[in-house]
Amino acid sequence: MADVNLPDLTPAMPEILLAVAAMGLLMLGAFTRDGGEAAALRVSRQVAMLGLVALGVTLAAVLMVATPSAAVTFEGMFILDDFAIFMKLFVLVGAALSLFMAQSYLELHRIARFEFTVLLLLATLGMLLMVSANDFLGLYLGLEMQSLALYVIAAFHRDDVRSNEAGLKYFVLGALASGLLLYGTSLIYGYTGTTSFAAIADTLHGDGALPPAGVIVGLVFVMAGLAFKISAVPFHMWTPDVYEGAPTPVTAFFSVTPKLAAIGLLLRVMLEPFGSLFGQWQQIVIFISVASMVLGAFAAISQTNIKRLMAYSSIGHVGYALIGLAVGTREGVTAVLIYMVIYIVMNLGAFACILCMRRRGQMLVNISDLAGLSKTSPAIALGLAIFMFSMVGIPPLAGFFGKLYIFLAAIKGGLFTLAIIGVLSSVVAAYYYLRIVKVMYFDEAAEPIDRDAGREAKWVILGTALLVLIFFLIPGPLVSSASTAAAALFGS
Amino acid sequence: MRDLPILTLVTFLPLVGVAFILSVRGDPLMVARNARNVALLASVTTFLVSLGLWFGFDPAGADFQFVEKAAWMPALGLSYHMGVDGISVLFVLLSTVLIPVCILASWESITVRVKEYMIAFLVMETMLVGTFCALDLFLFYVFFEGVLIPMFLIIGVWGGPRRVYSAFKFFLFTLAGSVLMLLALLMMYLEAGTADIPTLMTHDFRPELQIWLWLALFAAFAVKLPMWPVHTWLPDAHVEAPTAGSVILAGVLLKYGGYGFLRFSLPMLPDASVMFTPLVYSMSVIAVIYTSLVALAQDDMKKLIAYSSVAHMAYVTVGAFSMNVHGIEGSLLQMLSHGIVSAALFLIVGVVYDRIHSRDIATYGGLVHRMPLYAAVFMLFMLASVGLPGTSGFIGEFLVLVGAFQANSWVALLTAIGMILGAAYMLYLYRRVIFGMLTKDALKKITDLTPREIAVFAPLVVLVVWMGVYPDSFLSIMHASVEQLVDRLATAQADVAAFPLALR
Repeated sequence: MADVNLPDLTPAMPEILLAVAAMGLLMLGAFTRDGGEAAALRVSRQVAMLGLVALGVTLAAVLMVATPSAAVTFEGMFILDDFAIFMKLFVLVGAALSLFMAQSYLELHRIARFEFTVLLLLATLGMLLMVSANDFLGLYLGLEMQSLALYVIAAFHRDDVRSNEAGLKYFVLGALASGLLLYGTSLIYGYTGTTSFAAIADTLHGDGALPPAGVIVGLVFVMAGLAFKISAVPFHMWTPDVYEGAPTPVTAFFSVTPKLAAIGLLLRVMLEPFGSLFGQWQQIVIFISVASMVLGAFAAISQTNIKRLMAYSSIGHVGYALIGLAVGTREGVTAVLIYMVIYIVMNLGAFACILCMRRRGQMLVNISDLAGLSKTSPAIALGLAIFMFSMVGIPPLAGFFGKLYIFLAAIKGGLFTLAIIGVLSSVVAAYYYLRIVKVMYFDEAAEPIDRDAGREAKWVILGTALLVLIFFLIPGPLVSSASTAAAALFGS
Repeated sequence: MRDLPILTLVTFLPLVGVAFILSVRGDPLMVARNARNVALLASVTTFLVSLGLWFGFDPAGADFQFVEKAAWMPALGLSYHMGVDGISVLFVLLSTVLIPVCILASWESITVRVKEYMIAFLVMETMLVGTFCALDLFLFYVFFEGVLIPMFLIIGVWGGPRRVYSAFKFFLFTLAGSVLMLLALLMMYLEAGTADIPTLMTHDFRPELQIWLWLALFAAFAVKLPMWPVHTWLPDAHVEAPTAGSVILAGVLLKYGGYGFLRFSLPMLPDASVMFTPLVYSMSVIAVIYTSLVALAQDDMKKLIAYSSVAHMAYVTVGAFSMNVHGIEGSLLQMLSHGIVSAALFLIVGVVYDRIHSRDIATYGGLVHRMPLYAAVFMLFMLASVGLPGTSGFIGEFLVLVGAFQANSWVALLTAIGMILGAAYMLYLYRRVIFGMLTKDALKKITDLTPREIAVFAPLVVLVVWMGVYPDSFLSIMHASVEQLVDRLATAQADVAAFPLALR
């Protein structure tokens, strides 16, 4: 029949490619896997390699399908605009770097299975769908696709109690958050009669009157669900436990890409369908922003485990990023995007350093194990020091510029109190970042760490440290592309 | 000569040295020796290039000279804009003079991680010079704040027993002040629509906005200067820092505060400055008297000099806020003089510390018998710190008092009491360390200054005497810029007198 209404597949080409690749690799792994431990290891390496290729191809596909104007397909469920493209590029880069660093850790812990790569690809696929969601159904599909894969890789270290606990905790709380999100969606659907972002925006924009209370309640539920995904206070409790329990490369992955995708989703949901309700949700965003910054700063002070510390640090950073959303302008969104990109670069670098912390084949997770690292491994110590100073926001490192754009937007939007709380909590946060520098540089040297630890991670450290160092020379490309991406959300 | 980007050269030449030091590999002893040589060479070259500023500067012009401008972040309208005027040019030279002195002073006393130490000092030189040259708000902030990283490491890695506490205190105090300044700079940028410092210096901000901006800037500069009661980080940082760290801290870093007042607070926010003058006066007078009394009670030489720094820097604020030519020139000269004298005093403590490893005043006594040359150098700088005519300290303090007397005679009177107390604690220190009988066994074999140490002190001695005997070579450079500033302030004073701020 000629009139079968096939949706336009071109905008979704990268996702389709990635889905096919993930399934293909699953087949490859499942059917070539016999011959015991050695074969499993070989297959896992091959699949990881091919997974990297798949991410690279997807990245190229994203660049190829990019068009100047937004493309909508699948009955309006899927949108490909500048914002989605920007997010997808960095999601893919973050996923690829995490995968690149993971293999040697997994092999060391005898958990190198090809499923890891497949799950990571599927989670990435979910994130690509999330940032392209243009309808609550599309949003939920992407989000769950991502979350289910993440629950499994959090517990990927099957024989480790902590890892299992992390996976289970993440699953239970994540399912609760998804439930809240769904409930909110159903309320919104009930009061507006649609799940499409564009249609909701039209309905709410109608007459300038206050929207039905049901929509507002629904909105609050949706925000609660999304706040869980970005681990903003007060929905952050899972973060330290999951970060601590999950295998370190998985934590590295958790702390960058899902966070970026969820922030992207949050921006789109708040600004597109609910853009006209700005006055309603701004105060909520301000509250979770302040709470995240303050809790992130104070709770991290007493941590001794570096992965838990990074968890609180990520909570704090989300708080800063949300300042940009609270402003609700194009400058604000641009600032969020710049901040998040710089954050994932610093964070990947910091986790690459953590992956290098290995002594006699054992991973080290305590901050005190870093003692005297500057003497035993000066290069790694310098890298980690650069990331820490950058996270404090000391110029001329990249982290400063992330904060600069955020606070510029906040001042411009008149959110003075928020800005003041923000800078002051950054002073508190400086204490625990500096503590790591102190342990590495001021304390007496402990035993040296293994020289051959984290071969790939060292490349990541080098690359990200250079980016953080020289960002101030060429800030133009990131700033202008973030600005273009932000414009897409404001229909201009 | 004019086309040469001399400020960029002076700012970034030290980084070339860093690149060389980083490329040195091999035997640790060789690396250390090479690092020292390269660092000295790089900093001396930087100094020689910076002399181009001294000879090329046109004292008749009040505007910025040696200006360089290039786009940096065009989306925000930020630029790489460098330039110096009569207020900043001397600070650039002060920085380039002191860094080679510091490197030479650390030649033998630093034995661990020499390579990193030299890198930290050269990076710091870039940040220091950049701060005084930057003519873009955010470029300034990058340099102003960037200096925290090398200084934190210098105190923390090469410092004394309580170095960790001191390094954190230093870092967090200054960070807290400067992040508030960052918000003020952002507000100024948004309000005026430009981040260009020369333009902002003629921009009139709304008076009610000025109050908030002034307070935020004050938070940063008062911590840096440091003013009572936020000075407590300074004695800790000085005591624990290695000698050269204290030298840079006292010599240049404290000047950030005074420079900030003269570059930002006074010209950009004149109305608020006039309004807050009583506050600044009171804090300064308290600082002069209180910290002088505290200095009198110290047992630790470095701590004593650190407290004397707080007192001397209070003269700077008194002079700056007297808002007349004498006062402001005096405060500038006081900063330069203090930069050299306090640097020299820390070096003097460093000399005996290297030999005896104690900073306790009670450990010493009668040093004049074994170290006559040392005693002479010490005396010169001690008297310069007291403000003896013929030394740089006198000119600075005298001009400040002349300026203060025109503005408010009570402030002048109370500040002058500080001079008397200053003489008391410095002479008391000198008597206990240098005079008396040489009875302590540890001191019986102490040796006088080595040729290297003489080389360290020689340029400082020359500068102190030069500034004291013929200050005009320095005053004439700053004069035109200071006049311009005073004119702007006079208008504001008239405004504020005519309409109390609260009524507008």
